[in-house]
Amino acid sequence: MTEMVHGTARAHAGDPVLPRWWRTVDKWAITCVLLLFGVGLLLGLAASPPLAARNGLPPFYYVERQAVFGAMALATMLVVSMMSPLLVRRIGVLGFAAGLVALALLPFLGTDFGKGAVRWYSLGFASVQPSEFLKPCFVVLAAWLMAAAQDVAGPPGRSVSFAVALVVVGLLAVQPDFGQAALVLFGWGVMYFVAGAPIALLIALAGAAVGAGAIAYNASEHFARRIDGFLAPDLDPRTQLGFATNAIQEGGFFGVGVGEGQVKWSLPDAHTDFIIAVAAEEYGLVLVLFVIALYAAIVIRSLWRLMRERDPFIRLAGAGLVAMFGAQAMINMGVAVRLLPAKGMTLPFVSYGGSSLIAGGLLMGMLLACTRARPQGEMSDVFGRGGR
Amino acid sequence: MIRRPLRPLARILAARAQGGDPGAIEAENLRLRNDARRDELRLRAEGRLFVMALCFLGAFTVIGARMGTLAASEPAEPRLAASGEAIRASRADITDRNGRVLATNLATHSLYAQPEQIVDAARAARELAAIFPELDEEALHRRFTDGRKFLWIRKTLSPEEMQKVHDIGEPGLLFGPREMRLYPNGRLAAHILGGASFGREGVHSAEVIGTAGIEKEYDAYLRDPALSGAPLVTSLDLTVQAVTEQVLGGGMRLLNAKGASAILMDVHTGEILAMASLPDFDPNDRPAPLTRGEAADSPIFNRAVQGVYELGSVFKIFPVAQALELGLAGPSTVIDTSGPMRVGGFSINEFRNKNFGKISLAEILIESSNRGTGRLALQIGAERQKEFLGRFGFLEPTDVEMVEAPTGRPLFPERWQELSTVTISYGHGISTSPLHLAAGYASLVNGGTRVRPTLLRQSGPQRGERLVSEETSKAVRTMLRQVVTEGTASFAEVEGYHVGGKTGTADKPRAAGGGYYEDKVIATFASIFPAHDPEYVLVVALDEPMETSGEEPRRTAGWTAVPVAAEIIRRTAPLLGLRPSVDAPPLPALTPASNG
Repeated sequence: MTEMVHGTARAHAGDPVLPRWWRTVDKWAITCVLLLFGVGLLLGLAASPPLAARNGLPPFYYVERQAVFGAMALATMLVVSMMSPLLVRRIGVLGFAAGLVALALLPFLGTDFGKGAVRWYSLGFASVQPSEFLKPCFVVLAAWLMAAAQDVAGPPGRSVSFAVALVVVGLLAVQPDFGQAALVLFGWGVMYFVAGAPIALLIALAGAAVGAGAIAYNASEHFARRIDGFLAPDLDPRTQLGFATNAIQEGGFFGVGVGEGQVKWSLPDAHTDFIIAVAAEEYGLVLVLFVIALYAAIVIRSLWRLMRERDPFIRLAGAGLVAMFGAQAMINMGVAVRLLPAKGMTLPFVSYGGSSLIAGGLLMGMLLACTRARPQGEMSDVFGRGGR
Repeated sequence: MIRRPLRPLARILAARAQGGDPGAIEAENLRLRNDARRDELRLRAEGRLFVMALCFLGAFTVIGARMGTLAASEPAEPRLAASGEAIRASRADITDRNGRVLATNLATHSLYAQPEQIVDAARAARELAAIFPELDEEALHRRFTDGRKFLWIRKTLSPEEMQKVHDIGEPGLLFGPREMRLYPNGRLAAHILGGASFGREGVHSAEVIGTAGIEKEYDAYLRDPALSGAPLVTSLDLTVQAVTEQVLGGGMRLLNAKGASAILMDVHTGEILAMASLPDFDPNDRPAPLTRGEAADSPIFNRAVQGVYELGSVFKIFPVAQALELGLAGPSTVIDTSGPMRVGGFSINEFRNKNFGKISLAEILIESSNRGTGRLALQIGAERQKEFLGRFGFLEPTDVEMVEAPTGRPLFPERWQELSTVTISYGHGISTSPLHLAAGYASLVNGGTRVRPTLLRQSGPQRGERLVSEETSKAVRTMLRQVVTEGTASFAEVEGYHVGGKTGTADKPRAAGGGYYEDKVIATFASIFPAHDPEYVLVVALDEPMETSGEEPRRTAGWTAVPVAAEIIRRTAPLLGLRPSVDAPPLPALTPASNG
C-alpha cells in the first residue's frame, strides 16, 4: 500500500560504505600506522615516567593521555579516510581557513609555556598547536590550486599557492618555528615538483632556500646556536644531542633492557623530540630499524599507489601529504643521529603530544582517502583513447 | 603524438559555412587538449613520484645505516647533566669598593668512580668510608658492584682528603678539577653576597651558580666569559661593614634583642656602604631555608631588605616635610596637639598619655607628638599623603640589586582612609623595610632629590627626580639635628660629627592578628651625619630590645637603637674620611691677677 502511494523505496545505487572502504583502502598503511602507535605507547611507558615524576604526577599519566589522544587520532584517521576526495578537499580548504586565523591570532591569545616560542593555545586540560593542523590542510589547498592550474586556461594556481605558502611560512617564522616553516615549504616544493615544475626553477628554489637559511642563521641567535652545535666537529656530550648519541651507542643492537635506560632521566624532551633515542637505548637497533621500516613502508606504498592515480588533485594532495609525513619522521630521526641540525619536531604517531597525534591522524586519514583504489580508466588505455 | 591546434579553424570555418555550431567544436577541442595535457603531466608525475620514492627510500636507508654505525660504536664517558650548552666553570670575583675581595674561587677536586675499573670494590668502599665519615660503606659497596659505569662520590675535596684517597691506590677512583666559591671573610656581608653552589656538573668541570643575594642577581654577569673575569665591584666598604656588624652584634646582645639590622648609605650616590642583618650565617656553608614556621626566623632572612615592619615615629619627618613643602606650616608654626583627638572611632594618644599642648612644628618632631603629625596629615589629606610617600618609593619594593629585593614589598591599607592617614603619619599602618627608610631619609636630606639604593659602586651622584625643595630639605635637616640636641635622641650626640635623626619605637603587631603587644617593640633610629651637610644616612633597627640597667626595663629607641647607632657613627665616620669639626675650646678667660 505504502509503495503504491509513495512509490517504491529507492535501491542504493552504490555498494555499502564500509565494505567498499575496506576493499579499496591501503590496508598495509593502516597496519603500519597501528604498529607505530603501539610502539609509541610502548616507548611512552619508558620515556614519560621521569617527566611525570618531575611534574609530580602519577608515573603513567602521560601514557594514559597518549592512549586517549591516540584513540582520538585513530578515529579521526579512519573517519577521514572514508571520505571522498571531494569532501577531503572541502574540509581541507575550510580547515586551512580556520587554521590560518588561529595561527594569525597566536601572538595575541597564545602561550609559550616558557619555551620561548608562542605556538600553543592553552585550553586548560590540554593545549592545541594550530600549526600541526594547518600543515595537512595547507597541502590539500595547494593541491587543489595546482590541479586547477593544470587545465588549459585554468587559474594561476601555482603562483597563488606559492603566495599562500609564503604567508604560512611567514606566520610560522614569527613564532619562531623554523622547523614547521621548512616543512611547509618542503611540502609545497614536492607538490610543485610532482605538478611538473621546470628543473631549472627547482634548482633556483633550492638556492633560495639556502640563502634564506643563511639569513636566518645571521638574524636569529636561537637558530644560529643550533646550527653551530651541529657543525661543531666534536660533540659536547652534555648537550641534548650528546645524550641522544650516547644513548644510541649504549643501546647497541639489542638495547640495555626494558626500563634500564638512563637517557630519559637526562633529556628534557625524551618523550617527544628524542623518543627515538629512548627506543635505541632500551630496545636497541632492532626496534629503531623496525620503526624506520614502518615509516618507509607507509611512504613508499603510498607513493606507489599514487603513481597510478590519474586525478591530478588526488595525486598532488597525496604526494604532498606523504612527503610531509615522511619528512617529519626523517627530520626527527636525522636529528637524533646528527645527520641534521637540532630541530624540535615530533615523530608522527610515536612522540607524545595531543596536537601532534590528532593532526597526524588527520594527515594520515587524508592520505588514505587519496590512496584508495579507484577505477583509473585502464580500459580506455587498452583501447588507445587515452583520457582519464 | 599529434599536436592539437589551439582552434580547429578549418572545422570551425566549415561549420560556420554550413550553419553549424562552432562553439561545440571548440569545446570538444578544448576537452581533447585538456586530456592530452593531463596525460602528458600524468606521465611526467609518474616519473617524478618514482624519483621521490627512491629519494625517501635512500634517506631512510641512510638514517638506518647511521643508527647502525652509532649502535656498533662505543659510548663516551658518561655525563650526568642535562643542558644545551657547554659548562663554563669560571666565575668572576666580587670585591668591595676598594677592590678588597668579598668572594673568589678556589681550585679543588671532585671525586668520582668508574666501578668497571675498580679492582677491589670492598676495600675501596671500606677505605673511603674511613676517610669520609658521611659515606656509608655498605651503600658504597653496593653501588660499586651494581653494574653502573659511573658514580659521583664527593663534590669537593680538601688537599689532605685528596692525598688520602690517592693513597688507597684504587685505579677506579678518579679526580675531576673543580672551582669552588670561597667567601674569605666568612660571615661578613653574608646576606648581600648570598651564596653559590654547583649547577651542571661534568667530569672535567662544573658550573658554579649563585643561589641568593647579589651572586644570584648577577649570576649571568659573573659567568659571562666576555668580561674575562673582571670583578664585580660593589659599593660596600669592607672595614665599615665589619665595624657595623661588630657594633650591631654587640648592641643586639647587650639589649637582648631578637634581631637587628643596620644600613649605612651615601645620601648623594645611593651607594650602600654597609648593610647588616643579624642573626647571620656563613655563606661558605649556607643553611637551608626553613621548611616550616616563619621565614623571618631563619638566619638567611635579610631583615634590612626582605623584612617589612611598622617602623613608627621615624616616619613623622615625612608629614612634617610635606607640610613645609605645601606651605601649610613653617618650622615655628604653632599647632595644637592637645587631646582628646578621635578619628574614625579611635582615640589618638601620645606616648605615655602625655599632653604637649600648643607647640611648634619643630617641637612636634622633638617631642614626637602623634597628635601633632596626625593633625598635619589631616590637613594634607589622604591622596596627597599617598602620592608623596609613593614618590619616595615607600609603596613598592626597592630595586636594590638583590634577588630578594622584590620580596620586601611594603604593606599599606588598600583603602587609605582618614584613620590610615593619621596613623601612617606616625609610622603605623604602613610596613616598609629599613632599606626603604634609609632611601627615604637620603632623598629628603640630600637637597631633596630621589636616590635609589644601590649595591654597585657609582661614579657620581644620582640626579633623581626632585621630591622637595632645597629649603624644605634644609629645614628638615635643622629639625633632625634639634631632635638630637634637644629631643628624644640625646644619646646620638657624637662629638664632631653633628648627628641628626629621629627615633621610632613601634609596638609590634600581634602575630595572631588583633592589636599590638604591650612589651615587644621595634626600636629604630634613622640618622644623618653631618647634619648641616649630610653625607650619610644610618638606619639602625632592633627587634624586641630591652635595656635593663635601670629600675624598670626600657625599650624606647632613645635607650636602645640610638646608643648603638651612635657607636657605629663614632667608629665608622673616621673610616669614611669625615673630618670631625671640633669647636675650638673657649680660651680661658682672663683672670685678673690679684696677687699684687
